Amino acid sequence: MDQFAVKVFVRLRPSVLDPAGEATKSASIKLGAEGIKSLRIGKMIEVKIEGNGENEVREKIDLLCDRLFANTVIEDYEYSLEKL
Amino acid sequence: MDNFTVGIVVFPGSNCDRDVSWALEGCLDIRTKYLWHESSDLSDVDAIVIPGGFSYGDYLRCGAIARFSPLINALDEFVKSGKRVLGICNGFQILTESGFLPGALVANKNLNFICDDVELDIVSSKGGWFNNLDEKQTIKLPIAHGEGRYHCDSDTLKKLVDNELIALRYKNNPNGSSFDIAGITNEKGNVLGLMPHPERACDEIIGGTDGLFTLKSLIMK
Repeated sequence: MDQFAVKVFVRLRPSVLDPAGEATKSASIKLGAEGIKSLRIGKMIEVKIEGNGENEVREKIDLLCDRLFANTVIEDYEYSLEKL
Repeated sequence: MDNFTVGIVVFPGSNCDRDVSWALEGCLDIRTKYLWHESSDLSDVDAIVIPGGFSYGDYLRCGAIARFSPLINALDEFVKSGKRVLGICNGFQILTESGFLPGALVANKNLNFICDDVELDIVSSKGGWFNNLDEKQTIKLPIAHGEGRYHCDSDTLKKLVDNELIALRYKNNPNGSSFDIAGITNEKGNVLGLMPHPERACDEIIGGTDGLFTLKSLIMK
């Protein structure tokens, strides 16, 4: 069995308004940061997972992302995978 | 209708389950039964309410974890049989997460948790959940949510409009919902999800009775 460290990034789709991102952008500007054109907040999920090779692990992660980690009505996801 | 029983689903974090029971039993004399989320036996209930609250602490997304409970898995057959399911607030979020209703509910546009009475237009009588026979097509119900902004893509919105699946629209949109949507039904009409709380509007002494009709309609066949 191989072990993998997976980092899943879940983001609101570009068409979905992100009010928390907008509020944080406004605070960033108040802090004095200049030049911020856009700021959107997502989630990062770290998973350590075992499987027989990368393909099998990718299948498992795809299922998790599609059915649980992200709601694809409002969110997109992508992930990176590192063999431990 | 003597033995008609409405099941009220209880998740860890539900907090409107007792309100719904009070409204049904105390105001309408309809028998209720609490259904723990780990149960999948729906054989002795005739309709189901998924009440408001914060199931599983709203972890990940509102309703995302509740969707995987044995009870929600058993709901598919219940809905297909034509029995009525009402999802209120967190219950609406669970119904969208589990795919019984289209779209999703996301953080309010102004980021506030909004606790207020709102005026609502009855748009569709599909499923008979609202009284649209009166001249007055507007009702007032309380809302209490931080993540009640209904969102769907334009194709879904067109489908909702074309098939008369939009049940309620806010008169003054409080949360940024697409098309002012406050509640929708499935195509068959036997599943209703809405953000406002009809169970909190069942007695004049607490501000109104506009929620009674919807709860009473649970016993419709």
